[in-house]
Amino acid sequence: MSEPFTLIEPARVSEVQAEAGDGRVLLDAGAVHRALGWELKPEGFCRDGACVPIPREAEVLDGGAVDLAAFAALLRRPLAIDIERRAAYLGAAADERAEALRSLEAPGFTLPDLDGRPHALAEHRGEKVFLVAWASW
Amino acid sequence: MHEELRGHGFTVISVAEDRGADDARPWIEAAKPTHPSLIDPLHTVADLYNMVNVPTVVWIDERGRIVRPNDVAFGSDMFKAIHGIEAEKHKAALRAWVRGEAQALPPQRARDLTRPPTEQDQLARAEFGLGFWLHARGYEEAAGRHLVRAGELAPHDFTIRRGSMPIRGINSMGPEFFKMAQEWAAQGHPYYLPLPEEEA
Repeated sequence: MSEPFTLIEPARVSEVQAEAGDGRVLLDAGAVHRALGWELKPEGFCRDGACVPIPREAEVLDGGAVDLAAFAALLRRPLAIDIERRAAYLGAAADERAEALRSLEAPGFTLPDLDGRPHALAEHRGEKVFLVAWASW
Repeated sequence: MHEELRGHGFTVISVAEDRGADDARPWIEAAKPTHPSLIDPLHTVADLYNMVNVPTVVWIDERGRIVRPNDVAFGSDMFKAIHGIEAEKHKAALRAWVRGEAQALPPQRARDLTRPPTEQDQLARAEFGLGFWLHARGYEEAAGRHLVRAGELAPHDFTIRRGSMPIRGINSMGPEFFKMAQEWAAQGHPYYLPLPEEEA
């Protein structure tokens, strides 16, 4: 039976309907499209004009439903699931991160300051930037 | 450094890999920085740059290119006895680059020094992300499970292992941290990962 389920990505949180049990999460293709941007077409899952074919042995499709873990594996993206709390985190692929870093293009980000005001790295184009990550821990 | 070099088309951007603004606030308010001081509870920057500990510093040029990838630098020599990294050395190199007196690293060298994440590193970040979300909703037991799992997947990633301690209700400067650091060192692993000495 489909019930609310939370799909978390690095930059987005979506509420979908999904069947979760026996270690599996099944959702319909429409939910995958709305939440994750990947549309199921005859040629595979497509986004931004590019399609990833679905090999039969990948077992992504179960009847009309999409198996979330198999879908993540197809995209080579990491997936953490909590069946009991009905939530999953679909992370960024290692390949994607590695390629971005090797390009030497500094990955962009927008984060808040103490007052909640957002700041983007891109605002500092034209300046030399010393980016320092620190923590209180 | 920001005050000293800001006239040279330069800015510091600090990013706190803390669970929320309140943990970082006392430090930021005490330092009264004039540069952007940002809060990153979801470890967005750690994920994008594959940072595995703090402090981690990156030099980015006017065109938005990384000219010196993840390195370790300290503001002072207060803990030099522990990590052996001299603060002034990095500051001198930074000053020379900002003033245009020295080049940063050539692109190929910068690329070679880049440490890309593995699939398992990214799986650890997914477990961390889920753990943090569960914590934010008060599901502490489930959160703890995923945060611990994240640390097991990426034992070298202290933004996860130490950074999740406050979320898990553990003192990140207490005995559990020292035990973890000692075990890591006993296995022959470094706690900090600076660039090789010849680049320092």
